[in-house]
Amino acid sequence: MAKLLLLCLKFIVLCSTVESVFEDQVGKFDWRQQYVGKVRFAHFDTHVQSSKKVLLATEKNVFASLNTRTGELFWRHVDMTGPEGNIDALLLHGQDAVVVVGNGRQLRSWDINVGGLNWEMVLDSGSFQASCLVGQQDVVKHVAVLKKTALSLHYLSNGHQKWIENLPESEAVDYQAVYSGGNGEVYALGVVPHSHIAIVAYSLEDGEIIKQTSVEAPWLSDIQGSCAVIGRGMLTCVDSPAVSLYTLDLHGQSEMTQIPLQSLGLEVALGFQPVLVSTQPNPARPPLSEFFLQLGPEHHLLLQLNNDQIVTLRDFKPALLVSFATSGEKTVAAVMSPKNKTACSLNLFSAETGRRLLDTTLIFNMDPFGGKPETLYVQAFLKKDDSVGYRVMVQTEDHTLTFIQQPGRVMWTREEALSDVVTMEMVDLPLTGTQAELEGEFGKKAAIQDGLFSMLLKRLSSQLILLQAWIAHLWKMFYDARKPRSQVKNDVTIENLSRDEFNLQKMMVMVTASGKLFGIDSKTGSILWKHYLENIPSNAAFKLMVQRTTAHFPHPPQCTLLIKDKDTGLASLHVFNPIFGKKSHVNPPALPQPILQSLMLPVMDQDYAKVLLLVDDQYKVSAFPSTKNVLQQLQEIASSIFFYLVDSSQGRLSGYRLRTDLSTELIWEIVLPTEVQKILSVKGKRPNEHVHSQGRVMGDRSVLYKYLNPNLLAVVTESTDLHQERSFVGMLLIDGVTGRIIHEAVQRKTKGPVHVVHSENWVVYEYWSTKSRRNEFSVIELYEGMELYNSTVFSSLDRPHAPQVLQQSYIFPSSISTMEATLTEKGITSRHLLIGLPSGGILSLPKMFLDPRRPEIVSEQSREENLIPYAPELLIRTEWFINYNQTVSRVRGIHTAPSGLESTCLVVAYGLDIYQTRVYPSKQFDVLKDDYDYMLISSVLFALFFATMISKRLAEVKLLNRAWR
Amino acid sequence: MAGPLPCKITVVSTVLFALCTTFVGCNNGRRVGDGMDTEFGGFSVPLEHSFEVDDVAQFRVRGALMLKAGREPGVSLAPSHLSEEDRAKLKEVAAVDGLYRIRVPRVLLQADRQTERQLEGYLTAFVRACAMVESHLSDVISLHTDVSGYLVGVSIVTLPGACRGTEVEDEVDLEVFNTTLSIVAPVNAPGPETAFFLERMEQESEKKGKNPQEQKSFFAKYWYLILGGAIFLMVSNSAQPPAGGGREQS
Repeated sequence: MAKLLLLCLKFIVLCSTVESVFEDQVGKFDWRQQYVGKVRFAHFDTHVQSSKKVLLATEKNVFASLNTRTGELFWRHVDMTGPEGNIDALLLHGQDAVVVVGNGRQLRSWDINVGGLNWEMVLDSGSFQASCLVGQQDVVKHVAVLKKTALSLHYLSNGHQKWIENLPESEAVDYQAVYSGGNGEVYALGVVPHSHIAIVAYSLEDGEIIKQTSVEAPWLSDIQGSCAVIGRGMLTCVDSPAVSLYTLDLHGQSEMTQIPLQSLGLEVALGFQPVLVSTQPNPARPPLSEFFLQLGPEHHLLLQLNNDQIVTLRDFKPALLVSFATSGEKTVAAVMSPKNKTACSLNLFSAETGRRLLDTTLIFNMDPFGGKPETLYVQAFLKKDDSVGYRVMVQTEDHTLTFIQQPGRVMWTREEALSDVVTMEMVDLPLTGTQAELEGEFGKKAAIQDGLFSMLLKRLSSQLILLQAWIAHLWKMFYDARKPRSQVKNDVTIENLSRDEFNLQKMMVMVTASGKLFGIDSKTGSILWKHYLENIPSNAAFKLMVQRTTAHFPHPPQCTLLIKDKDTGLASLHVFNPIFGKKSHVNPPALPQPILQSLMLPVMDQDYAKVLLLVDDQYKVSAFPSTKNVLQQLQEIASSIFFYLVDSSQGRLSGYRLRTDLSTELIWEIVLPTEVQKILSVKGKRPNEHVHSQGRVMGDRSVLYKYLNPNLLAVVTESTDLHQERSFVGMLLIDGVTGRIIHEAVQRKTKGPVHVVHSENWVVYEYWSTKSRRNEFSVIELYEGMELYNSTVFSSLDRPHAPQVLQQSYIFPSSISTMEATLTEKGITSRHLLIGLPSGGILSLPKMFLDPRRPEIVSEQSREENLIPYAPELLIRTEWFINYNQTVSRVRGIHTAPSGLESTCLVVAYGLDIYQTRVYPSKQFDVLKDDYDYMLISSVLFALFFATMISKRLAEVKLLNRAWR
Repeated sequence: MAGPLPCKITVVSTVLFALCTTFVGCNNGRRVGDGMDTEFGGFSVPLEHSFEVDDVAQFRVRGALMLKAGREPGVSLAPSHLSEEDRAKLKEVAAVDGLYRIRVPRVLLQADRQTERQLEGYLTAFVRACAMVESHLSDVISLHTDVSGYLVGVSIVTLPGACRGTEVEDEVDLEVFNTTLSIVAPVNAPGPETAFFLERMEQESEKKGKNPQEQKSFFAKYWYLILGGAIFLMVSNSAQPPAGGGREQS
């Protein structure tokens, strides 16, 4: 009892000292965007007429409900990553959504109104094949799940299993589909490739096998890909080599009927596998007898099966996408056909007759920088006059979801590619037009060309422009001040983008796995430009580099994206303007050879673009841009350009030096035998990092100098032997120029995954301790000692003494997803580590707690130095979460960028969600608070001023009087 | 003149200290049960060097590294000389800022048989040739091994390491290598120090335990707060009935 009360007291005390974000600051400096990923299944909620829900199951293992009016999330369930959380099927019935998860491991039912779980059943093991809803006499009560060896039936109301039956001859027959037409029977359809089809009919009541037939079909290998059940139980398959359709009545026929497509007057496009699309609007009734047959990439046909005869209702050519939709008793077919280069038109046709419905044209404008439409989801509804109206959701190749209403109004778009950001950069915004004008005036070229008088005129005119801009700004401020704060909106568009006073607003250039690039305003999170790159290999690795910042007006800023196929090593370059997203007119060189390494040099060409060096597999170096000027500069400094290559498959690290003819020579080599350990990652320091202080002041006022080697590499290895007694994680610190091993440490009885941050003179890494079964942090700090070897310049070639290495480890109470360090303009502000936790929190852990000089026994000197006494456990304090309740799902990376304010660091966390905020590791020492009392300070100043004036006057009078006396 | 000298000594001593610690570390680091019963003698591998004016490596034997495998691996190098011709060449290479490279074959120090020791490939390292010349051929070579005794890297530095462009007049200075050799095994990184921390915590709690003030029970410590709270509750309770009554009347 006493302890409980004490705990309560402690809790109250702790709560009262929380100091992260004030309630009114929520959303002021930060924003979050939630995504779901590429859609795999989508169903519109149809059980209520005016419903505005669409249910999505995605490839990111997310099950979500979207508002069709706004595109916002109603709710979202994020399942485990990988195959365990994979959503195999989504069936919607009424207000229940049944989901099969994890290769048939779990069957779940969700209430779609609130997103609550109705029930969950763990199914027997066996790989999932298919599932369907089963109804009888217009009532749907069951769901059938077909697995490799068994078919089971579950109640929709509570998930309980009604029956489970083994499939006959399941070793030989590959059961792929399950079908029910509402007549009290469930059919399992299997195939023995290139031999026959096996059909097993089960009784719905008790699971008894009613009938079992096998039908010769030597041409068939895959039911799901080439067959569909149409009409009253007619299994219809398409065979492309024979150019025919085959039909089979599931209820009694024992032989397939062949209908050659030629007899219908149809032809298949060369090399195209025809596809059948049927629709079953109500699971308690058989599917419609109308179906689509796709004969070519842009050729669809609406066919009808009528008394074993196939009739062509309508031929759609060209037609990109087709889809059925049902509202009430009416089923319609939506067909998307290309109109011109930038637009597609959608039309609605009656499914029964193939006639076009009046006033149903909808125009879909394609983004010129987007992908082609890929899937069509149609929401049909009955209007008051009983005609059919519709809205469509189009998914394009670049994972964009667009929701369109008639006659082509885009209600919303969602950029689901952003759920898979691979890499990003933050680029400074350009100057405003007036600032640019001034810059232009003082440009070197202008000064040489013009005379004295014209320069004066120019100066006067630019001053005038500045004055004008200032007055306009004042006027706007005055105008805005009268309006209530909520109405003042600064809409950011690409035209009015400009750098703010403290460079807090930047352009976030994000590269996604699908190959779509985004430019996002860091202040509001609005997407300012997007650009889809076609023909990106699925296993591509990306590296984004800023070649020219916005600082070199009038040259536009320039970013280069290196896209490399991981298998072949072949790479290509995409050069673009990071502010507008436009492809640059600069032509990148073609790269015929696989690329091993790329490095950005601080050398600039005459147009202020930094030089990018690319090393191919022949160890030849090519430069981009490769003008004469650049090549000349490279020749001059070639002997001081070193680079390293890592071949983790052979455990080889090697160093090379550039020669003047742009060939290379091997200068050092380290080999870590792969039998013992494998290289997990190699981390250098960030090139834009500044370190303000060269050393640390000790308790006795002496200085301990930091070992600040910019060429230092942290190589993390893990043992090949994963036995928990012999496994280890190795940390090698290697000088990237000389190949000298500065430090080599092993952490025994530990294993990966290892997260590393390498900065200044320290390396922090996190690993799993197999011995103690916990996550641990370790920090290594390097010091030169009390004396600096060469204080003026650092050269890797001239540092004969090895640095002092200090190391300490700590227990961390959670596993982590990713880790990054804060970065500020000048490096004065103390550093924090930003840790993305699997729980969705982003923890800002002061580096002070990860300091190998934390003393075990407190002494006078350590107190003088402000060292925290050593405690083996690092605590997670709730006020360290920078994203308060804004959970960021599945954080994969954190990007930090300095702002113009020394105290402020911009942070972007990305994963399934994107979260942007600012952090102040040393509090806002260079900013006045929001609630700073300007009135008080100015009135005090004025009062003091007047007081001095008056007292001066009085003193003068007094002096004068004394002089008269 | 007296100033810099002590500093140098401290630097040297720190280096020595660092080396000593690594040696201590490697003792602990050796895996137990590796079958160290048999006592081997040393074995030798060639240490090769190359310095060419055109920087195309042509390795020649500089000496034989005598490696002593076992629990405490050791290494020694027979003192070697540079021939007249080589000295001239080294000076020439130094003049064009060429490199002085060394290489050793990859070996496994812990293996019993000669055949198992040798692995394919070499480990290479370099210094600037001018540094080699200006330091009068005094270099520090360390051989780095991994946990199971494979040689993974070699590093070479000269003392002093800088190239100041000072001319080495005396040919005798470039005759004999003055080499410091060492084998460095990986250090065992420390884990979280829980035992010591717990001990300290216990000591502190013991200290507190001795203090009679702390031994009081919860009620004994906070009786006045509880009493105050109780009185407050009583007062507020007694104040309520009239208010409720008032409401009833209206």
